Amino acid sequence: MKISVIITLKKDVLDPQGKVIHQALDGMGFNDVNEVRQGKYFEIDTKETNPKKAKDKVEEMCKKLLANLVIENYKIIDAQ
Amino acid sequence: MKSAVITFPGSNCDRDMDVALKKFGFSNKMVWHQDVELPKTDLVVLPGGFSYGDYLRCGSMASKSKIMQSVINFANSGGMVMGICNGFQILVETGLVPGVLLRNKYLEFICKNVFVKISNKNNSYFKNINKNILELHIAHNEGNYFCTKDQLKEIEDNSQIAINYCDPEGKIEEPFNPNGSIKNIAGIFNKEKNVLGMMPHPERMIDPSLSGDDGSIFFKNLINNLK
Repeated sequence: MKISVIITLKKDVLDPQGKVIHQALDGMGFNDVNEVRQGKYFEIDTKETNPKKAKDKVEEMCKKLLANLVIENYKIIDAQ
Repeated sequence: MKSAVITFPGSNCDRDMDVALKKFGFSNKMVWHQDVELPKTDLVVLPGGFSYGDYLRCGSMASKSKIMQSVINFANSGGMVMGICNGFQILVETGLVPGVLLRNKYLEFICKNVFVKISNKNNSYFKNINKNILELHIAHNEGNYFCTKDQLKEIEDNSQIAINYCDPEGKIEEPFNPNGSIKNIAGIFNKEKNVLGMMPHPERMIDPSLSGDDGSIFFKNLINNLK
């Protein structure tokens, strides 16, 4: 079973990389961008076949390693 | 006095730290990250470098290394653990000290000498040190100290700030903040003050013919405090 996870910076954490990307987009003529926030995307292929159990395991992975909850949020987006 | 320096894959200040500790009288042992137990020691040092190539987040992979469970147990039982630069990043990832280290504010790798003011001398690291301001070296890409408002209040209430970036006279102000850290924080303690994480490298300032000697003051004082 494949599960995807998106990790994003929390709202009040400064994202200098996102800011620079925003400026670059601005310079390229994409003038209507309000803000850019950069994050991380993971695809986890697990042996677990029960979607609920697989999601629970991935949530544990997020809490223990994939995300640092002081600055980041995680979102498990799909299981297939 | 005994010390132990942990080497992770990608550590590159471990040997400098070994040289510094021995120079000031420590009997130092190098410990591999896959070892399970620490040798008998008075001080554990997590050195600078780029453990695991800074994958995922700086220090995150190293914080899950085999040896780290022993280091965490050692710290929780009152043992002295010092993390320098990448070692500081590893410490925050273990949760032994609060907060995180983000990318530097202006996205530059910073490599230069800075001044830091010692904010708390009521601990085994800085007790009796005869200087308030030290000139030390920093070299990092992720040294921008960040924590939540609640954490900051707790850190300040417990006097956990160890050192702040400042000017040569000790003024702690924004222009002397190299990387965007909250309150110019360059190093912090855990609540009990036996764990210290800091971005500057005292081991790079132990010889006046290289870049300076304030690291010598730090190490001489440290070993005297431990005796």
